Amino acid sequence: MTTFAPSRPVKRTTYIPSMELVPGVIAGSVPGIARMITRAEAGYPEASAALAEIYKHTGKAHIVGITGVPGAGKSTLVSSLIRALASDGYKVGVIAVDPSSPFSGGAILGDRVRMSDAAESCRAFVRSMATRGHLGGLARSTLQAVDILDAAGYSPIIIETVGVGQDEVEVVTAAHTIVVLSAPGLGDDIQAIKAGILEIADIHAVSKSDKPEAPATVSALKGMMALGTYRTGSNWSPPVLPVSSVSGERIGELKDAIGRHWVHLRESGELATRQRSICRTRILGTARHLFQQKFDEKAGGLEKYIQAVVNRDIDPLVAAHMLLGWDHEGRIT
Amino acid sequence: MNLFSGRAIEEIREKQAEWEQKELAAALNSRPEEKPAYETESGIPLKRIYTAADVADIPASELGFPGAYPFTRGAYPTMYRGRPWTIRQVAGFGNPEATNQRYKYMIQTGQTGLSTDFDLPTLLGLDSDDPMAFGEVGRVGVAIDTVDDVDRLFDGIDLEKISVSLTINPSAWVIYAMFVAVAEQRGCDLGKLTGTLQADPLKEYVAQKEWIYPVRPAVRLLRDLIMHSSKATPKINPISLSGYHLSDVGGNALQEIAFIMAFTIAYCEEVIDAGMDIDDFAPRLSFFFISHQDFFEQICKFRAARRVYAKIMSERFSAKKAESMRLRVHVQTAAMSLTKVEHHNNLMRTAIQALGAVLGGCQSMHTNGLDEAFAIPTEEAMKLAIRTQQIIREEINVTSVIDPLGGSYFVESLTRDMENEIWKMLDEVDERGGAIKLVEEGWFQQKLADSAYATFKKIDTGEKVSVGVNRYVDETSGSAEVHIHPYDDDCTQLQIDRLNAVRANRDNERVRRLMEELVQQARSDDINLLPKTMELVKARATLGEICGALRDVWGSYTEPMIV
Amino acid sequence: MTDTTITGQDSGATADSEVQSPGTIRVLVAKLGLDGHDRGAKIVARILRDAGMEVIYTGLYKSPNEVVNAAIQEDVDVIGVSLLSGSHVPLFRELGRCQRQLKAEHIFVVAGGVIPEQDYAALLDSGVDAIVPQEARADLIVTTIRNLIAARGRI
Repeated sequence: MTTFAPSRPVKRTTYIPSMELVPGVIAGSVPGIARMITRAEAGYPEASAALAEIYKHTGKAHIVGITGVPGAGKSTLVSSLIRALASDGYKVGVIAVDPSSPFSGGAILGDRVRMSDAAESCRAFVRSMATRGHLGGLARSTLQAVDILDAAGYSPIIIETVGVGQDEVEVVTAAHTIVVLSAPGLGDDIQAIKAGILEIADIHAVSKSDKPEAPATVSALKGMMALGTYRTGSNWSPPVLPVSSVSGERIGELKDAIGRHWVHLRESGELATRQRSICRTRILGTARHLFQQKFDEKAGGLEKYIQAVVNRDIDPLVAAHMLLGWDHEGRIT
Repeated sequence: MNLFSGRAIEEIREKQAEWEQKELAAALNSRPEEKPAYETESGIPLKRIYTAADVADIPASELGFPGAYPFTRGAYPTMYRGRPWTIRQVAGFGNPEATNQRYKYMIQTGQTGLSTDFDLPTLLGLDSDDPMAFGEVGRVGVAIDTVDDVDRLFDGIDLEKISVSLTINPSAWVIYAMFVAVAEQRGCDLGKLTGTLQADPLKEYVAQKEWIYPVRPAVRLLRDLIMHSSKATPKINPISLSGYHLSDVGGNALQEIAFIMAFTIAYCEEVIDAGMDIDDFAPRLSFFFISHQDFFEQICKFRAARRVYAKIMSERFSAKKAESMRLRVHVQTAAMSLTKVEHHNNLMRTAIQALGAVLGGCQSMHTNGLDEAFAIPTEEAMKLAIRTQQIIREEINVTSVIDPLGGSYFVESLTRDMENEIWKMLDEVDERGGAIKLVEEGWFQQKLADSAYATFKKIDTGEKVSVGVNRYVDETSGSAEVHIHPYDDDCTQLQIDRLNAVRANRDNERVRRLMEELVQQARSDDINLLPKTMELVKARATLGEICGALRDVWGSYTEPMIV
Repeated sequence: MTDTTITGQDSGATADSEVQSPGTIRVLVAKLGLDGHDRGAKIVARILRDAGMEVIYTGLYKSPNEVVNAAIQEDVDVIGVSLLSGSHVPLFRELGRCQRQLKAEHIFVVAGGVIPEQDYAALLDSGVDAIVPQEARADLIVTTIRNLIAARGRI
């Protein structure tokens, strides 16, 4: 059995150097933005200079992280938010992150099932990204994608991710406003506790507010807030908002809370602190990823050191020093 | 009382052990069996041979007699001796006139009941001039926009004499209103109208995937339809609980029956909650199953389904009337078993599946055309399909004895095993909070998608054989020369012209007022929407207008992300 | 920098040798029009994922315009459409028109579902790059896509 194909020549497309894509990105060209994200995600060294250029144009967007366990209704919520924000005149960008298969490296990204109507009617930019099994590289490529949308004039930019796993948490904590979505009746009262992300939520949303279990989840969250676990030194008090993404009920309140938090960050001066902390995380995260990448490569000599440690020729600390190219006592040579 | 005495069973067990040690062991020694283990399509393990010992624990009352509780052996006391199954080939395409012509041809060929397929815009409550209807008008079924189209569809056909099945789902209540309005207009006695609407909303969300509104309003519309129809048109079946589509989307025989019974329970609860007695509507519940490839499993499936349904109605809902516990089923052979490669083989596949349905005791049947894997069937293909049923009915003498396989050790044992598995699945649905909740959460959808992928994998690896496709492949068999049913490119324009004419000539003020009243009624849950819908269709409101007005009230459905 | 330049078709040389290595293939698996048969589309999605591709699934009831816009934002290599409603000829024609209008002709289109051979020519004329037969095995679907992309190179 064969496939039927036309006799016309195969489509060939010029590889446009990334630097040449930059003006298009900044002018807001949708295909240009989309291609630039592909380059960032693939991690082509060729794209580094272009991304550096793009970074100069960032810093305008309000970045909103939305996280919650699978089944909490994140993509439905984001789709409602797109509509609500777009009707206020915002140009919304969305990066929706889903896990890659650990077996094949492939992924099925389904956020468009719920978001594409909203994306289409509201001219929002929605991009699905897979975690690609990056060791710490997820944050790097996701946040580069956010940079690209920022430079292209999108704001707010919503990062939607499952709040489990260190990489995903790293992504979401790079947002200015963190929304944690809990769903009633999914087993645990509050599922995000396990991920350790609940404490840093700036806004709590409880989905499926029409369910009978919803009030219990709301009061559990409020009880936790009362314990004062939120970031110290802030006078923002994280609201707990029940929403129904299906009926669109109370989405307006969530949208307003997101806006209020943005105003709060800027007026209280907390924004500057948070910007510094985000930059610190990004630098360290990226560095960690690059180290990891370097060591994973055969050229890094990791295999050789493993054997030496197994043989008790050297100890793990010395091996690490050698891997880093330092001397045995850890002095940078 | 059991089927066999304890002493007889003991003796059989001893003899079997002897046989296993001698004859069987010798045979296995000289030639091992082809597979280490055998099972049905849905994974029930199959033994080498079945004996009385395998059915020793089945009480005789589990079998009963045809037409009596628990209906294992048949829905009616005389079955095909009293009344052969209805040959009911579904048809629908193009404008109403085109389908009407096909109906007249099929009645002439010997078909005994009508069945209508609607095009996708009609199913989804869109008028033919809706932008989303682009390319779809009259394509997979007939296009219906107004009550006049229904009149054209049944032109020259006596609705009191022939039963009409309408394969309509999310917009079923509107099509029902149009159908009844046409019958009224012709002066028919509504009490004599016979037929069936499909109108099974939950299976749409999990299988056929034609929907308009969120799940709960869709179930409410069905409730309104059942309650209205049982009084206004007592001989019409307002619903055909469609296991067929659960199978079509990848479900196995157990999932087909268990899931559709879970939906049945949900609908019954809904109607009972609204104050109706089970015996006032259950007799008009009807079913639609597939007849698939695993011959004996399919036959046992029909028998197990009848038994499970009878017990649900009797034990769970305390039904009193026998008619409330009698499962009546329309069967269609399995479209997805048909191949494009060597498509003539499809005739054989369909004939065998049809025979299975008859041995399983169906009440009516559609046999697929051999060109089903290409497009909607041509007249020639439909004729062969009808002939297939006529040959089974008239030439091979399988209709003289009721439930001829009843009492077979294997058939009774498998029927029981299937029933047990079905109960387990129903228990799980109950534990997880019931069918409506699980449909909303995508639970059924995930199960069916997993089963579909598993089946694909089996074909892909050759574990499941498809003759001509993954075994006995004839590389020389070229592309098929199949005559394809032609599509009438003018059909969309004709529908649009008619819609424009209707909108120009009706009392638009009246339509607007009635529509406002319908919208008001829809906002409260306890008003039956059928009477107002009847007024609207008579005032020439279009299908799309009515469905659209309620979409503004209830919103649209968005599917959960299940792959 | 205009939209056309990144999608224009010619055989220009690749800028950097690093980008010639096959990257992650991205496929938009779409359902067009009102066809609700999604068993095949979902099976294909799983097959492609299991072959290491990233699959963006659109869900049901998408218009050609919506599908092309999604494909552009997702920067996919391939749009895979499964249709069993018989309306493939007008819908693929419209899909091709939208691709040209939105300058997205560089994206391959692979068709599957119930498509009679009589209609193959019409589909290929509309810009479809490959038609996968109904009984295709998993490896044929995967190979078809990989071959299209191998011949094209990275973009």
